[in-house]
Amino acid sequence: MVGLHKSEIKNPVINWIDTRLPLFTMMQKEYGVFPTPKNFNYFWNFGALAMINLMIMIATGIFLAMNYQPNTAMAFDSVERIVRDVNFGWLLRYAHANGASMFFIVTYIHIFRGLYYGSYKKPRELLWIIGVVILLLMMATAFMGYVLPWGQMSYWGATVITNLFSAIPVVGDYIVTLLWGGFSVDNPTLNRFFSLHYLLPFVITGVVFLHIVALHITGSNNPLGIEPKSEQDTLPFHPYYTIKDMVGVCVFLLIFAMLVFFAPDYLGHADNYIPANPLVTPAHIVPEWYFLPFYAILRSVPSKLGGVLMMFGAIAVLFVLPWLDTSPVRSAKFRPLYRKLLILFVVVTLVLGLCGAKPPSGIWVVIARVCTAWYFLHFLVILPLLGKFEKTLPLPESISNPVISVGGGPLPGAAFAKPMEKI
Amino acid sequence: MSATAHAPGDGHAPDHSKRDFLKLVAASSAAIGVGAIVWPMIDSMNPSGDVLALSSVEIELTAIPEGQGITAVWRGKPIFVRHRTAAEIKESVDVKLTALMDPQADADRVKAGHDQWLVVVGICTHLGCVPLGNKPTDMRGDFGGWFCPCHGSMYDVSGRVRHGPAPANLPVPEYAFMTDSRIKIG
Repeated sequence: MVGLHKSEIKNPVINWIDTRLPLFTMMQKEYGVFPTPKNFNYFWNFGALAMINLMIMIATGIFLAMNYQPNTAMAFDSVERIVRDVNFGWLLRYAHANGASMFFIVTYIHIFRGLYYGSYKKPRELLWIIGVVILLLMMATAFMGYVLPWGQMSYWGATVITNLFSAIPVVGDYIVTLLWGGFSVDNPTLNRFFSLHYLLPFVITGVVFLHIVALHITGSNNPLGIEPKSEQDTLPFHPYYTIKDMVGVCVFLLIFAMLVFFAPDYLGHADNYIPANPLVTPAHIVPEWYFLPFYAILRSVPSKLGGVLMMFGAIAVLFVLPWLDTSPVRSAKFRPLYRKLLILFVVVTLVLGLCGAKPPSGIWVVIARVCTAWYFLHFLVILPLLGKFEKTLPLPESISNPVISVGGGPLPGAAFAKPMEKI
Repeated sequence: MSATAHAPGDGHAPDHSKRDFLKLVAASSAAIGVGAIVWPMIDSMNPSGDVLALSSVEIELTAIPEGQGITAVWRGKPIFVRHRTAAEIKESVDVKLTALMDPQADADRVKAGHDQWLVVVGICTHLGCVPLGNKPTDMRGDFGGWFCPCHGSMYDVSGRVRHGPAPANLPVPEYAFMTDSRIKIG
C-alpha cells in the first residue's frame, strides 16, 4: 500500500475508484486546475473544436457503417438507402460528409494559429510534428472515405491518386498492384479502403492523445509568444476556458448546422451522384476542396515523379518548420515583416486551391506554378533568412504587464524598456 | 455589472443563486442537446423504411387441402396456415378451458365464419424451434396439432400448448380475409 496514490476526492465511491485508477485526479489536474495563459484569443478554441469534430465523425461513421455495404455492386445503392430509408439516415450521411469539411476548416485554422504565433518553436517542436502526423492521417482517412460512396468522383479520384505511386522508380507498379489488390481500382480496393477508413480515426485518436500529452508537458503558447512567468499570468482551465470553449462550440455547431440542413451538397461534387463507371472518365476530375492546393502543386510540375515529390514535399516542409524558422521571436505580433509574408502565404495557398479546381490549362498553369514556387520559397528561403535579418518589435515583460496599470495612471513605460527576450 | 458584486461589510454569505441558476440552465441545455444528438443515432437502428415496407404478406388459400397446413414467411418468421377438418374444429371448441395450460377459447384464435383456417406463428414458445405437423405424415404429437422435436412440446389443432416445456400458445398474428380465399398478414 506504500506506493498507492492518495486521492484527495471527498466522495467515498469516487475516492475508491480514484485510488486504484486516478482518472478523476488526472482530469482535475489536466483540465480542471491546469494553469493556462490568461490571454488566449479565440484562435485557441480550434484544438478543442477539432477534438469535438473527431468525436462527431466517429459517432456518425459508426452508425453509417451499420447500413453501408462495401461491395462495388451495392455501395452506391446502400448510401442512397441510408439517405432515403434509414431513420435519420439523411442526417447521419450529411453530418458525416459535411463534418469532414468542417474538420479540415477547423484544422487549417488551428495550423494557421501555430504558424502565426510560433507555436512550433522550442520547446513545442515535437508537439508540432505530432500535429503534422495527425494532418497526414486525416488526409488518408478523408481520401479513403470519399471513395466509399462509389460515385464517379470516388472511383476516378481513387484511380488518379493510387496511380501516383507508379511514379516511384523500379517498384512503383508493384506497389500500385498491391494497393489495388488487382489490376485497377475495383472491389478488393473498395473493401480494404472501408476497413482502413474505419481503423484510421482510432489511430488519429491515439495520436491526438499524444498531442495533448506533449502539450501539457510544455504548456500552451499564447498570443504574445512569451512564457508565463508566474501564476499571475495564468488561469485555471476550468471554468475560464471550458466556458470559452463552449462558446466556440456553439459557433462551430451553428456553421455546421447551416451546411448540413441548408446546403448539404454545396461543398460536394455533383458528379459523385453518378454511379462509378470504369469506362468513362469525367471531364474534370477534382478532389474535395480541402485537397485542392496540393492537387494544384501536383499538376504544376510537368514530370510525373516530380509532381508527386512536390505534393508530398508540401507536407514534408511542415515537419521541419521548427528548424527552418530561425527567428528567436515566437509571435507574429512582434514580427511585422513575417506577419505580412505569412498573410501572403495564406493568399498564395488559397490561390493554389482555386487553381486546383480549374482545368490545368492557360493562365491557371502559370499562376499555379508561380504560387507553387512561392509556397516552397516561403518555407525554404524566406523563413531561414527572416530569422537573421528581420527587425522585430520589443517584447513586453510578461503576459500580465501590458495590461496591469499601476494606480489607475497610464501604462508604465518601463514595461517595454527591457531588451528582446531570448527564448 | 459591478452593482451585483459583493459590497464589503455586506455581512451575508455570498449569494450564489444566479450562478446556480446559470449552471442549471447550462446543464439542462447540454442534456437536451445530447438527447437531440443521440436520439437520431439510436433511432437509425430501428427498422428502416424498406424493412417496414416488407412487413405485410398475402397468402392464397385455395391450394391448401383439408387436414394440411403450409408454412409461409412473414417478417422473416414461419407462419403456419392450417386448413382444419370439421372434426378438428369440433375437438378444439369442445376442450374445457380449465384443461388448458394457457387458457384461450378456440373462437378467439380464428376469424368468425372462417374457423376452418388457423393462422399462427410457427415458432415454439419454449426456445424458438419450428414445430412439425403441417403435413399429415409429420409427427403431430398427442393432440393432433404440432409437435416440437427439440424438447417435446405439443400443440393442439388450435395451436394451443397442451404439453410443455413451452409456456404459451402459438401466437396468432394480425391478419384479415381479403376474400374467402386470400388473407393478408401484417
